[in-house]
Amino acid sequence: MDLELQLAVERLHARYAHALDSDQLEAWPDFFADKGKYRITTAENEARGLPLPVMYAEGRAMLNDRIASLRHANIYEPQRYRHMVSAVLVERESDRLIKSTANFLVVRIMDNGESLLFASGRYVDQITLPELKYAERVVICDSRRFDTLLAIPL
Amino acid sequence: MPYWVYQDAEVYSEEQRRIFHGPTWNYLCLEAELPDNGSFLTTFVGDMPVVVTRDPKGALHAFENRCAHRGALICMQSRGRAERFNCIYHNWTYDHAGNLTNVAFRKGIAGKGGMPADAHPESQAPKQFRVASIHGLIFGTLSDEAPALEDYIGPQILPRLKRVMIKPVKVLGTYTQVLPNNWKLYMDNVKDTYHASLLHLFFTKFRINRLTQKGGVFVSDSGAHHCTYTEMVEDKGDAYESGGMRTAGGHHDFRLEAPELLEQVDELGDNVSIQILSLFPGFVLHQIRNSLAARQVVPKGVDRTELHWTLFGFADDDEAMSRRRLLQANLVGPAGYISMEDGAATGFVQRGVAASPDRASVIEMGGATIGSGDSRITETAVRGLWKAWRSYMQV
Repeated sequence: MDLELQLAVERLHARYAHALDSDQLEAWPDFFADKGKYRITTAENEARGLPLPVMYAEGRAMLNDRIASLRHANIYEPQRYRHMVSAVLVERESDRLIKSTANFLVVRIMDNGESLLFASGRYVDQITLPELKYAERVVICDSRRFDTLLAIPL
Repeated sequence: MPYWVYQDAEVYSEEQRRIFHGPTWNYLCLEAELPDNGSFLTTFVGDMPVVVTRDPKGALHAFENRCAHRGALICMQSRGRAERFNCIYHNWTYDHAGNLTNVAFRKGIAGKGGMPADAHPESQAPKQFRVASIHGLIFGTLSDEAPALEDYIGPQILPRLKRVMIKPVKVLGTYTQVLPNNWKLYMDNVKDTYHASLLHLFFTKFRINRLTQKGGVFVSDSGAHHCTYTEMVEDKGDAYESGGMRTAGGHHDFRLEAPELLEQVDELGDNVSIQILSLFPGFVLHQIRNSLAARQVVPKGVDRTELHWTLFGFADDDEAMSRRRLLQANLVGPAGYISMEDGAATGFVQRGVAASPDRASVIEMGGATIGSGDSRITETAVRGLWKAWRSYMQV
């Protein structure tokens, strides 16, 4: 087993989670390769073979637009996330590509302290080598329900 | 309108009886969601769990998802195909129309047990809906008094419905947005043409929809249904900037790095970029650029509402159009660039009015009349909602 690769991928997932949880949204697109794709969907849509995303970006420009819109256009009540990422599976596809699947749990904390188990699911990732970036991150939520709104990426 | 209409538990249960289970037509699903004979899905009409089916001969039905025997759910799967429906509790059986077709051990075994000959469990059978389908959209009503579906929708709104549903559709996917507010606050929001460009900054900053652009609103005679639209015109005006509006573009140019997200193909051929259509009590059909969706409003108590989104394309979409629809899915739903605020705003009303049931909202934009027009700086469709609501509720 490639321990070093396992640790490197786990660290990538951890840095990603900490960036979102500490409101470093501008750093979020940098976790992706230039043409990296990001997609949030539901387990139900995946199981039915339906392509509908809840949130979708192809490439850095669209990832940047999502953050620019959150910062400058969209209105939403102040809130934070706490990500728990675990059970990280890592598989080397080639010298250029890693596949990873990991579980996640996201708690959403509002300004008044109200905390909600906002989302659970799994990340299904393709990660580039040698520089570890997400070539694709698919966020498959276990539930089809989203409470109020989903502003900050998962 | 006084705020108790959003808070009162008695009002809520009266609404179930007089509106959702009264002489209204309620959206059930798309025909495309019941593709084969024998298909079914489960949904809700108000609080009532409902099974919608296409029977072995292709006819559409809907019935209450409640067994005649002890009231258990008859169908617990969300969708699928079935030859018949068996309640798991005691294996009572129903056909696709919801008729009770078999009671297990009704005559007992070997002359022992079973039901007396004069027992009539059919008297407690699940309620069956009148079902009608229009342009691929399936509706149901529990009332014999509801007019025919086309008459219910009426001549102002029907052409706007047809305008979108021009050919067979295919479902792209579904999800549910849970709103922390009374169901009427969402319908009120949908019908509020005045808010769109003021609450949703994305619209205005990128000049997608400003009230200075050409558009209009249609309201049915009953006030119950509405449709608003905006034409595809690049707005060069600065009414928002000179008016000092929060949503104004401001001095720095705010542009998308990937504007292709918004690129629209005029597939309906009439130069309309956005159309939002609502049918009382809880259905919304939207065309936002090339994003098409049915939204079903399901009340879940006085201060909770589920919004079931079903996004679709046309069955003959090519690869480019399919991709465009998925990109433009970013505009709508819980993470939608131009819809995420609606859940927050309506929740703010529910919280804001908590201690003021007897105060009232101000709905005077555009005067006091209800009708169609070419200005969207009006609350005419909101007044229509309340006219219809009062008529059904008889208050």
